[in-house]
Amino acid sequence: METRPRSFYFLAAFFILFLVFLYGPTITIAILSFQGPQGGLTFPMRGVSLHWFHELFQQQAVGDIWGSFARSFVLGLMVMVTTVVVSVMGGLAFRKRFPGSGVVFYLIITSLVIPSILISLGVGLIFSQSGLTVHWSTSGFGSQLTWTLPFGLLIMFAVFNRFDKSFEEAARDQGASAWQTIWHVVLPIIAPMLIGVALFGFTLSYDEFARTLLTAGSYNTLPLEIFGMTTNVTTPVIFALGTLTTGFSLVIIAVFLITVLVLNRRRARQGSDAGKGMV
Amino acid sequence: MSDQTQTISLEATMPTATSKRQSHGLSDALSGWLMSLPLALILFFFLLLPILTIVIVSFWGATEYSIYPAFQFDNYEFLLTSPVTYQVFLNTIKYAVIAWAATLLIGFTIAYFLAFHVRSLVWQIAFFLLCTIPFWTSNIIRMISWIPFLGRNGIANSTLMDLGIIDQPLEWLLYSDFAVILAFVHLYTLFMVVPIFNTMMRIDKSLLEAAYDNGATGFQTLTNVIIPLTKPGIMIGSIFVITLVMGDFITVRFMSGSQKANVGRLISNDIGLLQYPSACATAVILLITVLLVIAVMLRFVDIRKEL
Repeated sequence: METRPRSFYFLAAFFILFLVFLYGPTITIAILSFQGPQGGLTFPMRGVSLHWFHELFQQQAVGDIWGSFARSFVLGLMVMVTTVVVSVMGGLAFRKRFPGSGVVFYLIITSLVIPSILISLGVGLIFSQSGLTVHWSTSGFGSQLTWTLPFGLLIMFAVFNRFDKSFEEAARDQGASAWQTIWHVVLPIIAPMLIGVALFGFTLSYDEFARTLLTAGSYNTLPLEIFGMTTNVTTPVIFALGTLTTGFSLVIIAVFLITVLVLNRRRARQGSDAGKGMV
Repeated sequence: MSDQTQTISLEATMPTATSKRQSHGLSDALSGWLMSLPLALILFFFLLLPILTIVIVSFWGATEYSIYPAFQFDNYEFLLTSPVTYQVFLNTIKYAVIAWAATLLIGFTIAYFLAFHVRSLVWQIAFFLLCTIPFWTSNIIRMISWIPFLGRNGIANSTLMDLGIIDQPLEWLLYSDFAVILAFVHLYTLFMVVPIFNTMMRIDKSLLEAAYDNGATGFQTLTNVIIPLTKPGIMIGSIFVITLVMGDFITVRFMSGSQKANVGRLISNDIGLLQYPSACATAVILLITVLLVIAVMLRFVDIRKEL
């Protein structure tokens, strides 16, 4: 192996600093959430305890965080499933240009770049003016989709741009119908990417704040609840909550990534049955 | 005469071919529409309709407690004649420019390191994931996590005092422009790293070798080969960062301790006071500004081609 240029060491140091910058604060609050009961929002640590995690279970100390966690979780799943299904359909539709596809494409880009507060404000106004109840599962759900769908669709567009059409042609030559081709050939091939879309759908919804702010109604989602706490909670209990939700996010990310890894492994192992005859 | 018969005979043979193609085109269009129907419906009800509502309500009037339909330009007149508006827009653009420059510099450097200096694909993917994981965690928590660092008695101040660099805690670390920009860079550098890394990975490595063989220094290769080829990624990243910063209201509110303002906060303050028509008017101006910026940037990149 050739020797590394000097710029490598400089850039590697820069990269490490960047990672410290990226993760340092989160790790700090993770440490501080184990403060003793007398501890404050910053160092020094006054003892080590699980006091603040314990506080999370005291209704009067933190409000309804478990209810909001449950709502965020359910909403995340709803958004995830919808994002995957709608993105796949959209991705398939966009493989051929159809009249109006340009308009829909620019709407997707608009959905991505529009300031979130406009969605919040607009959807909130529509619901309140037309007498509908603003609720996280209706107005909140729709608002969040305007944020998750562009990501899902852009991923699907990228996937189908690289998709080898000869697989489909082969299936069609063997007499598969259009629907069979999609179900038995296209979907299994793009499955790992669908897991990626699902990951975006769930986590972006679970952490979404601005677009849910005026569309969640009287029952808060978790990010709204946490933001409410920042204005009136001045104890490390908020760090404990932050650590717990970040931990939860990390578990979710790990589950998705491991699923992709397993799918790819299995595919590598049982990749082709060419020459093995009918199974 | 013979010409005419030829045309007629041609026409006689053509129709089957064209009608076949047409019916094919029609069924393609139909399946395209059907497949994108759910998408179109969602975008209609939760994107187009809200924008339309905002535009309409921006002409309405408001009392202290309620809003009423009207067609008046009062909201715009008030907005466009108030010096506060221009100050706040200027501040918003200031945040956008500084955050854009900082995220671009850092993001480009990181992507460059990952794409050209990390040699094995496995490590590239691992490092890349390490950079993107925070994107899937909560922004609010990531903002909160700066408090122990930047506070009056925070880690930064106590370290600097221990080192004897300063005698008194710096007051401008938390709840200041500095904190706002820092949070923007912390939250959004990712949006630069991902598209830039993506385009860099598609650069044919033999181009770099060609540059090297022709005697280009590393720096010359960077400015003459890599940067021009990375432009689409830079543009996409820039679109992300600039729109996110311009539309933001929560980072500015939280990191400045409500002491600084941008357009997003102007809107959210009006909402807090139930002055929806005035919030809508500001929102319309903000949307026009953002879309103009994007339209200019899209001239330099064809997103559909870059996916």
